[in-house]
Amino acid sequence: MGVGLARTPLDGLHRRLGARMVDFAGYEMPLQYQGIIAEHKACRTKAALFDVSHMGQVEIADPHAFAALVPGDIAGLKPGRQRYTLLLNQAGGIIDDLMVANVGAHLLAVLNAGRKAVDVAHLRGHGLDITTCFDRALLALQGPQAAQMLPEAAHLRFMDAAMLSIEGIPCIVTRSGYTGEDGFEIGCAGAAGEALAELLLARGAVPAGLGARDSLRLEAGLCLYGNDIDEATNPIAAGLGFALSKKRLAAGDFLGADALRAALAEGMAQKLVGIRLEGRAPARAGAGIQHAGETVGRVTSGVFSPSLNAPIALGYVRADLAEPGTALDLIVRDKPLAGVVSPLPFLPHHYAR
Amino acid sequence: MTEIFYSQDHEWIALGADGLAVIGITGHAQEALGDIVFVELPELGRAVAKGEACAVVESVKAASDIYAPLAGTVAETNQAIVDDPALVNRAPEGEGWFFKMRLADPAGVTGLMDRAAYDAFLGTLS
Repeated sequence: MGVGLARTPLDGLHRRLGARMVDFAGYEMPLQYQGIIAEHKACRTKAALFDVSHMGQVEIADPHAFAALVPGDIAGLKPGRQRYTLLLNQAGGIIDDLMVANVGAHLLAVLNAGRKAVDVAHLRGHGLDITTCFDRALLALQGPQAAQMLPEAAHLRFMDAAMLSIEGIPCIVTRSGYTGEDGFEIGCAGAAGEALAELLLARGAVPAGLGARDSLRLEAGLCLYGNDIDEATNPIAAGLGFALSKKRLAAGDFLGADALRAALAEGMAQKLVGIRLEGRAPARAGAGIQHAGETVGRVTSGVFSPSLNAPIALGYVRADLAEPGTALDLIVRDKPLAGVVSPLPFLPHHYAR
Repeated sequence: MTEIFYSQDHEWIALGADGLAVIGITGHAQEALGDIVFVELPELGRAVAKGEACAVVESVKAASDIYAPLAGTVAETNQAIVDDPALVNRAPEGEGWFFKMRLADPAGVTGLMDRAAYDAFLGTLS
């Protein structure tokens, strides 16, 4: 393992559970415990527990100042509600994608691990008063049995947020996640993280690592920052138009609004699509995408889908080829693999709306 | 008695009485790869150089090359692991073999490790 890697508050637990650890965004993180496929299926059929403490929890004092940096309706984010939004640069590129909850006294944002430093510099550079809580623990309990295993939070609906006590541990719980399943993300003090994880495992949750987290989010058609979106990516091309408030676009009152309005007027040259491959060989990030012998895009994420028992991918293609059903060739080891544009998500979401 | 040798690429090579060498990956290799979901095997009759990438295994997350541990010609491939890639996870050093080769120089196996040397090699990795 590399020198100088950070460890999450659950590090000791991962090692006791026999996890295989990998370097991810500067952290030693569990890739898998018993195996990616078993953990993936546990999440789809029961409930899985993920350590996502590497993600950055940040308290934001002033919602109005924050709203100026994101395209979503932050003014309309009521106490006890959470929303997916984007930090954008002047060119409309994505600095990060994040969840932000109104927890009453302040906003609580959850940043991607690899983007924490950039985000904090960006937010503070625009004069925001933020408090980083990077030593806190964050667990994700995901799957159809998640609500049964966490009755303390079963009253929440999808994208609700609440401060709750779980067996005496003060937690901030949101009903959300990154798997397409019903479930919760649960933040608590770092020192209480292992105890919280242990009690959820005792209630029947199956420990799952980053490997299953990736295959689950891909089946759910959810972007991974650094793979599918980055500072050069336009949210419209990435299929994240739902995160753009029409009212705020019209008002043009956030960083990047002008660029996005111009992009909307002009239309997108490329679009992010889901692709199902016909054989069993997966295409990975970087694979070229061809149509009628011409290169028309590239794969940004690819995995073997345990639920579909077939390879799936996300990639950008020329906008006129983004319709579901369009035949594409994915170039793997210099050979074309037949694929077809698939509607996203690959697997239906099961949120408790 | 079949003699089995091991490479630093975590492959095993068993010399059979028929003069063919059977090649597969070790238990350590299958564990490191995780759940194997796809295998691509070399074409029959293909001549391969020592160290040449000649097969591919894909796990859920990543692809890995399988190298020819010695020079030779591919004589037989194991369709069973193409049909059921998880067989490599279940029986890496048995039914989950990859292919058989007619070695250009059977004496080349002396440059590979025996089991004791391979186990010692594994000990240096962790």
